[in-house]
Amino acid sequence: MDDEHFKIAIIGAGPAGMSAATRAAELGVSHILLEASPHIANTINRFQKGKLVMSEPALLPLRSTMSFAAGLREDILHTWQAEIIKHRVNLKTKAAVSSISGTRGAFQITLASGQNIEAEFIVLAIGIQGNIRKLDVPGEDLPNIQYQVDDPGKFINETIVVVGAGDAGVENALALATQNHVILINRQEEFSQCNAANFDKLMLEVTAGRIETRVSTRIERIYPGTESGFPLVLVAHSAHGLEHTNCHRIIARLGATPPRQLVESFGVHFPGCDPTAVPQLSEQYESDVPGLYIVGALAGHPLIKPAMNQGYEVIEYIEGNPLAPADELLLQKKFFGVPGIQSVKDGIALVQQTLPLFASLTTLQLREFMLDSAVHVVPKGETIFKRDDYCSDFYSILSGSVTIKSSHANSETGSFLIGKGNFFGEVALLTGRRRSGTAIAGEGCVLVETPRHSMLKLLHSMPEVNRRLDDVAIRREVQNSLDSSLPDHEFEHLVKHARFINYAVGETLFCEGDKVDGLYLIRRGSVTISRKISGNEVVLAYVSAGNYVGEMALLSNTPRVATVRAASPTDVILLDAEHVRAVIERNTSLRSKLDASYLERITVDALPTDEAFSFSRLVNFLMKNGVGEATDVLLIDYDRCIHCNDCESACAAAHDGVSQLNREAGATHAQIHLPVSCRHCEHPHCMKDCPPNAIQRAVNGEVYIADSCIGCGNCQKNCPYGVIQMTTSGQYQPSNFWQALLKNATPAQKPATLGPAQKAVKCDLCQGIDNGPLCVNACPTGAAFRINPEGFFQKVGREVDLAERMAS
Amino acid sequence: MKIARYPGLLNFMNYRYPIRFSVLVVTALATYLLAPIGSETYGGSWVGYLLGIVSALIVLMLIWYGIAKRHLPRHRATKPGKRTLRHRADLWRSTQQGRLSLHINLGGSLIVFATLHTGFQFGWNIHTLSYVLMLMTILSGFYGLYAYLRLPRLLTRNACGATLDELRHEISKQDELARAHALGLSDEMNLLIRKARLETRLGGNLVQQLSGRQINCPTTSAVRQILKIGSRNIENEERGLLRDLYSVLLCKESLVLRARRDIMLKARMKIWLYLHVPLSIALLAALLAHILSILFFW
Repeated sequence: MDDEHFKIAIIGAGPAGMSAATRAAELGVSHILLEASPHIANTINRFQKGKLVMSEPALLPLRSTMSFAAGLREDILHTWQAEIIKHRVNLKTKAAVSSISGTRGAFQITLASGQNIEAEFIVLAIGIQGNIRKLDVPGEDLPNIQYQVDDPGKFINETIVVVGAGDAGVENALALATQNHVILINRQEEFSQCNAANFDKLMLEVTAGRIETRVSTRIERIYPGTESGFPLVLVAHSAHGLEHTNCHRIIARLGATPPRQLVESFGVHFPGCDPTAVPQLSEQYESDVPGLYIVGALAGHPLIKPAMNQGYEVIEYIEGNPLAPADELLLQKKFFGVPGIQSVKDGIALVQQTLPLFASLTTLQLREFMLDSAVHVVPKGETIFKRDDYCSDFYSILSGSVTIKSSHANSETGSFLIGKGNFFGEVALLTGRRRSGTAIAGEGCVLVETPRHSMLKLLHSMPEVNRRLDDVAIRREVQNSLDSSLPDHEFEHLVKHARFINYAVGETLFCEGDKVDGLYLIRRGSVTISRKISGNEVVLAYVSAGNYVGEMALLSNTPRVATVRAASPTDVILLDAEHVRAVIERNTSLRSKLDASYLERITVDALPTDEAFSFSRLVNFLMKNGVGEATDVLLIDYDRCIHCNDCESACAAAHDGVSQLNREAGATHAQIHLPVSCRHCEHPHCMKDCPPNAIQRAVNGEVYIADSCIGCGNCQKNCPYGVIQMTTSGQYQPSNFWQALLKNATPAQKPATLGPAQKAVKCDLCQGIDNGPLCVNACPTGAAFRINPEGFFQKVGREVDLAERMAS
Repeated sequence: MKIARYPGLLNFMNYRYPIRFSVLVVTALATYLLAPIGSETYGGSWVGYLLGIVSALIVLMLIWYGIAKRHLPRHRATKPGKRTLRHRADLWRSTQQGRLSLHINLGGSLIVFATLHTGFQFGWNIHTLSYVLMLMTILSGFYGLYAYLRLPRLLTRNACGATLDELRHEISKQDELARAHALGLSDEMNLLIRKARLETRLGGNLVQQLSGRQINCPTTSAVRQILKIGSRNIENEERGLLRDLYSVLLCKESLVLRARRDIMLKARMKIWLYLHVPLSIALLAALLAHILSILFFW
């Protein structure tokens, strides 16, 4: 067979490969695009029908000869197909590469068909989805064993075993369970690999008996069934020994990893032995084999748009065209007007040199980070944020200084200056609560402002940044919550011996009668304090982030007098008892401060018992229903509610006819009813996974969904309280007075279940409406009221306190 | 535990309206008693006119409430903005509760104003008709106030957190259980259970809803019948089955009673509006006739 010769061989016709090939075709460079499957974009082809494909990151401009925008899978594939033809790309499908040899200028590519291709340069854009993890047991290739599900509706009345309890596996199991008998096999003991929303749904199905689960189960082998009707028998090791399961179908969702063996056979090296590791590349995407370039998911960029940009850029680099990165213009705008900065390079260098927090980021990562951030030149004396505002952006100081006034209105201490290279605003970011202080700009102040979303992403993905932030943040937290007048070396001393512990909801920090291990500073979340009274555990108080617990026993040197439990996911700093005592010995101011709060707690302790019981039951009820993590929650006093539903009607009338609360649904305890409506959580679950970042928290604390919502439904899935609905807008016809007269009030319109342009809607606390929130204001009897847990518990505490004083 | 964050309807804003209106009412009484009345009919005196005008204005304000209540705000700002903090003095205007509290107190004081305005001269005419209609409207409103203050508590205690739909669902589950339990028993028993399943009624027409009862409720009679049969001489095995069935039916009966009570309380909470609104429209018409007739024929 004749060898063909090309300048550039591009392997893999995914977004990156196609983008590279079209650019090469446009430039008139001799090229070939090799694709193992019979069609282009195999991975996107396998997305389920009608899936909305995202175009992320939204800010990054597309740099490709091909076009791409968020849209339906079918439309995107159709456009690409047409563009491949239009640009006369030399595409060769069903051409799986079996080996590559040679080096820059003289590569030999051998295809599975035996054909040889010569190329001067190779662009490897094979992604990772071609390397789906298989079951790896005897019988793994039998018919009816599959590794993906295109259309779960195709299977009816089958017994289907789903292997793998990641999100893909659980989602498949949930979709299949409506028409089939599903058995979900999990190698682990718990379902911790899937996200919380999927977990909750799975548990619901399991309790209802619609999905059977097997945990700690390892598959041994699969053989064809002999019994009539069941083509497969699965043999698996479980806690009960070997089990044989008859089934019609096995679906394994075990993820994908870079095809390491294959790529290594081309001569490319991988760092470390982690199966998810990606090869090391130069800034121009060249691997350690000269002339072999790697782009796309295999290079560690699994998103479509960046992959397409890389495809374009890699051709330019091969052709020897120096090319500024795609984000250059955007970054130029960010640094515009900053004194002393001439170019993006200067700016990035300044950030790198000035801010030790980000020292561990590479230039590429820093560019990506700056893309999300904003640079501000702030005039002296301007307020950056106010105490008690709800905003959680993170600030770093590039030059100049900032004064933070963290004092309470009624105390005079707590104003400090922080200078160049420092950061601030981390408390609100970490706790999800109001700003704990006011920040005022000093002379020549230049700030980098990073939105919450990007900062949290960075902290999760870069442990080094997280560590550096923690070092400073913890010192500040100890300082703030204990006594800011202590000398610095005392803090060093305390922080050095501090431990950090996370608690899930309901876990105990310490129990009544335990030995004292230290002072617990609550960093994030909230806890309840309870005691055993006549055999029952009675909740006495609720303590939120920024405060401490455990000082009573510490001061009195006795065993713990109360039990403390996490009321929401809680992070604490545990200061060692010995060291705290030592610091107290040396500093009387800390002693008196701790004593004061000790006395305050004692008053709560001396509750009359039946009051304490009913308070405790109420707290338990509210905590069980997630009020612990709320910042503003609607409650209804059912002793006053006349069930007129005016709250819902008013809400609907102000929000395009869709009521964002459901009064009748929801839990009730004694006379307190908790309707299904948004409670504006401290760390909103809905914000977690919003592709356009459309869910925001306003300064007043309301979590709202902006118009940029794309209707993907992630927030709805993520909300554990079921308060988000998907609706189509613009169908609302408000009823006129005469209609209303006959019907008592405007009825709430049922949200459409399916429609073309769905959007997520939820309570926005009647943002922008003068008389909001309308649910409360429309209540004729004053039954509806909104609370934040802190204020609520303080208020109840005070009332009880007052009642007691009057009695005595 | 008391967690009343907002004041009630009567003590809204520290009894603001009761205090203000009692001052007005006392003033009106004093004026009526002290003002000299000439030889002409009372309605023609200046006190009569004054009280009449005040009463008419109050009626208009009362009706304005009915309109405002149904006129829900529709505007919506697109941009997130700081919410304007409400001034305390604005509470009555911005909250439905404030408006209702004002409405109640206005209505109460209207009785005094309008009664003084009549000068206790009644007859078979349009004037007395409007007065009577007014009294009926206000009294129906007072019943409403009573219902709003009293019934929600009873409703909550009765429901114990369950909605009516949940109760219905639970009842049908018990029905199914009872049917299964009765299978091993006599035909007589099965017929009884069938009757209890098919003919037990929740709600019904207005009177039935308001009474919260069903005369000869088949579930209740089934419970009694089982007791009767149980006291006969029967086999041990049958007795066991009967006992199970009895406990299922008892459970169902209590659910049925709860559901009926729920419907009853809700009906009693709403029924008065069906009088109050038509009466107030009739009052408006009669009042118009009363005023016109005075202007033209007096």
